[in-house]
Amino acid sequence: MNIVVCVKQTTDTAATLSVVDGEASYGDAALVLNPWDEYAVEQALLTKEAEGGKVTALCLGPDSAEDALKQALAMGCDEAVLILDAVFESADTLVVSRALAAGIEKLDPPELVFFGKSAVDSDTGVMGPQVARRLGWPSLNLVAAIPELDASAKTITVERLLEEGRQIVSGRLPAVVSVVKEINEPRYPSFMGIRKASKAEIPRWSAADVGLSGQIQPALSWPEILAPEKSEAVCELIEGGDASEIARKLVDRLVEEKVI
Amino acid sequence: MDFELSDEQHRWQETVHEFCAREVRPLAAEMDERQEYNAAAVRKMGPLGLLGLNVPEQYGGAEIDAISAAIAIEELGWADGGTALSVSAHNGLACAPIALFGTEQQKVRWLPKLALGSEGLGSLALTEPGGGSDLMGGVQTRAELTNGEWIINGSKAWITNASVASQIVTLCRTDPGGGSRALSLIVVPVGSAGLHIHPAEKKMGVRASPTHALTFEKVRVPEDHLLGAPGDGIYQTLEVLDGGRVSIGALAVGLARSAAEEAIRYAKERRAFGEPLSQKQAIQWMIADAATEIEAARLLVYRAAWLKQAELPFTKEASIAKLFATEMAERVCRNAIQILGGYGYSAEYPVERIYRDARLMTIGEGTSEIQRLVIARRVLGIE
Repeated sequence: MNIVVCVKQTTDTAATLSVVDGEASYGDAALVLNPWDEYAVEQALLTKEAEGGKVTALCLGPDSAEDALKQALAMGCDEAVLILDAVFESADTLVVSRALAAGIEKLDPPELVFFGKSAVDSDTGVMGPQVARRLGWPSLNLVAAIPELDASAKTITVERLLEEGRQIVSGRLPAVVSVVKEINEPRYPSFMGIRKASKAEIPRWSAADVGLSGQIQPALSWPEILAPEKSEAVCELIEGGDASEIARKLVDRLVEEKVI
Repeated sequence: MDFELSDEQHRWQETVHEFCAREVRPLAAEMDERQEYNAAAVRKMGPLGLLGLNVPEQYGGAEIDAISAAIAIEELGWADGGTALSVSAHNGLACAPIALFGTEQQKVRWLPKLALGSEGLGSLALTEPGGGSDLMGGVQTRAELTNGEWIINGSKAWITNASVASQIVTLCRTDPGGGSRALSLIVVPVGSAGLHIHPAEKKMGVRASPTHALTFEKVRVPEDHLLGAPGDGIYQTLEVLDGGRVSIGALAVGLARSAAEEAIRYAKERRAFGEPLSQKQAIQWMIADAATEIEAARLLVYRAAWLKQAELPFTKEASIAKLFATEMAERVCRNAIQILGGYGYSAEYPVERIYRDARLMTIGEGTSEIQRLVIARRVLGIE
């Protein structure tokens, strides 16, 4: 079974966002493989271990994103491809999904494409469904378990984790699956994997390589970015002789502040 | 000369650090308190390669370069001295002699399981109640070859990992005549009839690492459990210990780094006389000394590891690295407690535990006195 896992390089979750000269900036925060994508990589590897085949990690990003792909290789992915082009610098999700779908079509045809549920930086959560739509394949998102996968009958059954509960959905392969963290526990890279990843030469595909030319203008732009105003929190301790006196004073203060 | 880690080493360091931060460090205080081996974390180490550092890839190991091994042990030391000691001993003392001196058949038999940790760790039994530093004169455990079997009688003391091991590489006297060719290393499977593993010792530190006395009472193992040729034991042991010393040096760097991090964090937060402690020169000097000594020790450890990797003589450098790094760790931990004051002395903060862990490092795998002896002999040209 050919499996593709799409990954993104993001900042570490500990990074703080600020606005510098009208641009959103994470400063010099460490860059990592998007934490949600670790679950997607793990699920791709588990699927390969059960079904055989190979896992290809695909990423669109800048030069530095090669590092995220190396992390995916170190975890055990067989191959990796970086889609990199200056035209993608101001890309929105519509452009990225178009490029990723075009990249997937250039690979050996996969039966399954995995995504993390979202990226921790932009947090749109639409990339999986958008790529599915572009490919014309079923989109199975927010998946917490895959109780059934039949490569020969080309069917898949998943459990989607929704606010209301778990929804069981069946679909046909090939399909695009975005996963939530309940699905597995991502493995740590092994030294053997790291050794392989360090030596790996990762192919780079430009927009032209994946057959994109005219369709790469973003629909979305960010004319102005402002930091939210800082709100000052003041702590006030209300004291009194006993609980009922304190409660009375508290009610008076809340009325005074027009809270109640 | 290049002081940069390679891409591979850098990535390895990040991976082991993250593993240790998530799986090992959060449990360090509890394991110390309960004197319990962190089996759950060690079980997860096999697939990463942490249990097969010295084991060739064809036997399921990671076959890691010596600097990457030092990097891993430093991170483990940073997370938990006890767990780090067990893993260091497993790799450096138990897997290493099998990988170095074992026959093809022996390697296939023992190394894959040891590298995965599937049936337990490895252990090396050298010290006896009667002596540790003086192995040549002190080892009384006797192995006699009778009808194709070694029959072992005797006792060992302070044996790391014995209760969590699958194999114990045991230094035995195979020639009662004495001399430098009287000792041999024999692999004794745990569970062999007549091998008694006594209850874990109650120790000052590294309490997550089980340490035991052993009694061998007519323990029988097949003849082909002997590593190398009869009489090679003391030479094999000394070679293995050189590598072990680099590892203990790395472990001590990790302990010192952990204590220093705690002291730095506290000094920035704690205020006295209207300003943070970190503004006080007396505190700044202790922190500057710690930063300097940790860097120096790490460079000595890396240098010894580099020589080992290049297959150049490194006995003196291993001793220098171990001596300096372990005594440095004691000083850094001592000062970390000083910076934290009363809190430093309390078990609520980790520095007292790290201090207790560090104390062993100047004793185990060759005391500081033995290291000075090794260094002095080489510097002075004394045979």
